[in-house]
Amino acid sequence: MTASAPTLDDWKEMLRTLWRIRLFEGQVQRLAAAGEVPGFPHLSTGQEAVAVGVCAHLTRKDSLFTGHRGHGHALAKGCDLQATFAEIIGRDSGLCRGRGGSMHLVDADNGMLGATGVVGGNLPLAAGAAWAAQVRGDRTISVVFFGDGATGAGVFHETVNLAVLWRLPILFVCENNGYAEFTSREEHSKVNHVSAFAAPYGMPAKTIDGNDLRVVHAAAGNAIAGLRDGSGPFLLECMTYRLAGHYVGDAQQYRSKEDLAAVQEKCPIERLKRQLIAQGVSESELAGIAEEAKREVLQAVEGARAAARPDPSTVLEYVYSAPSLSATTG
Amino acid sequence: MAQKLTFIEILRRALDEELTRDPAVHLLGEDVAVGGAFGVTKGLAQKHGAQRVRNTPISEAAITGVATGAAICGLRPVLEIMFIDFVTLAMDCLVNQAAKYRYMSGGQLAVPMVVRTQAGAAGGAAAQHSQSLESWFIHVPGLVVVAPSSPVEAYGLLKSSVRLGDPVLFIEHKRLYAQREAFVPDGPLPGIGTARIARAGTDVTLIAYSAMVGNALEAAEELARSGISAEVIDLRTLLPLDMSTIAASVAKTHRAVIAHEAVLNGGVGAEIAAHIGHELFDELDAPVTRVGCPFAPIPFAPELERALLPGTANIVAAVRELSS
Repeated sequence: MTASAPTLDDWKEMLRTLWRIRLFEGQVQRLAAAGEVPGFPHLSTGQEAVAVGVCAHLTRKDSLFTGHRGHGHALAKGCDLQATFAEIIGRDSGLCRGRGGSMHLVDADNGMLGATGVVGGNLPLAAGAAWAAQVRGDRTISVVFFGDGATGAGVFHETVNLAVLWRLPILFVCENNGYAEFTSREEHSKVNHVSAFAAPYGMPAKTIDGNDLRVVHAAAGNAIAGLRDGSGPFLLECMTYRLAGHYVGDAQQYRSKEDLAAVQEKCPIERLKRQLIAQGVSESELAGIAEEAKREVLQAVEGARAAARPDPSTVLEYVYSAPSLSATTG
Repeated sequence: MAQKLTFIEILRRALDEELTRDPAVHLLGEDVAVGGAFGVTKGLAQKHGAQRVRNTPISEAAITGVATGAAICGLRPVLEIMFIDFVTLAMDCLVNQAAKYRYMSGGQLAVPMVVRTQAGAAGGAAAQHSQSLESWFIHVPGLVVVAPSSPVEAYGLLKSSVRLGDPVLFIEHKRLYAQREAFVPDGPLPGIGTARIARAGTDVTLIAYSAMVGNALEAAEELARSGISAEVIDLRTLLPLDMSTIAASVAKTHRAVIAHEAVLNGGVGAEIAAHIGHELFDELDAPVTRVGCPFAPIPFAPELERALLPGTANIVAAVRELSS
C-alpha cells in the first residue's frame, strides 16, 4: 500500500507493474495465436493504469473482483506471474489448478477473490465481500472492476442501491473503454458517463482520465481513504481505451485506423515515462525497468509452459466440501 | 409432554439457535428484519441485532450475489427468497457463481450459504407463486437441494444446511407452514444427502419429498386397509440423492412409485426412475411409476388448482395399478 504521496521509487515500481501487465498480455496474445491458450482470453492492453493506480492502495486483505478482462487486475493485486500464466494456459500449477482459466482467476491469499465471465455478476459478489469486511470492522475494503457495458445489466443498479443503503466499503471502478464488446457506447446508452448513474442512488462518483496513472492513483487514493473511514461506497469512472480487440483474434473492424492511432498517443506507459523523464529519470533507467519486466515475464511464461498439465483423474475434485456429497450417493 | 410447534416456528427456532451458536451466521432478505413475508424470522432482528438480520431491497439478483460474496469471505449467510418463482431472478448468481466457486477456484474458496425459499401450490397463489422448480437445481453440480417434509425434519435439516460448506437451496412447501408437530430437540442432526424411511413396508416403495411425503403416508395408510404394505421414503435431500436407501428398499419391495408435486417432465422422479431402472432392473416386478403434476402452469381457480395437483388418491391409484 502506498502511503500519501508516492516517491519517485514508488512510481518506478508502478511503471514496472504496468510493463509486467503489458508484456504478460502480449505473451498471452502470442501464445493464443499459436494455439497454446484454450478458450477466449480477453486483453486489457491500454487499460493497465486503472489496475495499477487502484491496486497500489490495496493490501492483501482487501478484496478484489474483476470480470472477463482481468489479467491486469490480478497482477496488480499481487498474483504471481507464473501461477497466473499457468492458469491461463491450463496448468496444474495455475492459481486455480487449471479449473478457472483466463476469465476466472482467483488467488485467495492475495485477496483476488473472483473473476466472473458473466458481465455484471461480479458486482454483488464484491458487495458481499464488502459486507463481510464491514462485519469484521477491520478497515479493509472491496473493489470491483467492471466495464461500461455492465451498467446495462439490472444487477448493477441493484447492487449500487444496496451498497449505498448498507453503507458498504466498496469501490466501484468502471473502466469505460468506449466499447461494450463490439458496440460503441453511443449505441448502448444515452447516458454518456457511468458516473451519472451514481447520483440518483446517493453515491459519490468521479470521472477521470484512466490512462494517466497519476490521476488514477490520486483519485483512487482519496476514494479508498474515505472507504476505510466508513464513508460508504464510491464509483470511480476511468475513461480508458482498449488497445486490443474484445478478445484475442478480434479483427476490430468496428474501429477506424485514425481512432486506433489517436489512442497510441494515450498509452498509459508512454505517458508515465514522459512524466518520469520530466522529473529527471533517465531514458536508460526507464528502458532498464522495461527490460527487467520483460525478463520476469518471459521467465514466468516459460516456467508456466514447462509446468505439468492437470491430472485427468482429478477432474471431480472440488465440486463439494466432501466426497460424500457427490451427486448420487450409494 | 413435548411442545407442539408449527413448521414456521420450528424454522425460527433453528435459525435462532444457529445465530446464537455461530457469530458468522447472518440472515438477509426482503422484510426479514420484520419477520419476513411468512413470519419465519419474527423477533430475530430484535434478539440478534439489525446487523445480523438485515432487510434488503427487492433485488433478488443482487442479494443472492451479496450473500455469495459474503460467504466466500467467511460469513454464513442465510438468504430468504420469498417464493421459489423469484429465484429465476437470481439464477446467474446461483448457477454461474455460487455453485461453481469452489470448483473454479481450485478449492480455494467455498460458499457456505443457505437460500431458504418457499414453494409449491396451495390456496390459489396461481402460476407465478406456486411452482415446484427443484429439478432445475439438481442439474447443477456444486449445489445442494434440500426439501423437508415436516416441522421436525425442517429443524434438523436447516441446521445441517447452515453448517454445510456448500450452497444449499432449502425448499419449504407453503402447504406445510401451518403444520404442527410435537418437538423434542435431541439426537444428532441429519446428514445432508441421507434419506429416511418414514414408514416401513414390504410390498411397494413410495418415494417422495417435501409435502408429498404426507400424501405418501396417507396413501400407505389407505393401502394398508386393503392389505398392501407400502414403505415410504422421505428423500429429504434431492441433491445429493441417497440412492442406497432407495436401492435397499426397492430390493425388498420390488416395486417403486415416485411422487412429487412438480411436473413429471425432466423431474426428480425421472432421475430416480433412471437409477432404479439401471441399477435394480433385476429386482423389479413392475415398471417404475411416477406421480406428478400434469404439464401445465398452476391455475388460479380452486377447482382448477385441485384438478391439476397430484395428491394421495393419485398415489393410491398408481400403486393399485402396479399391484393389479
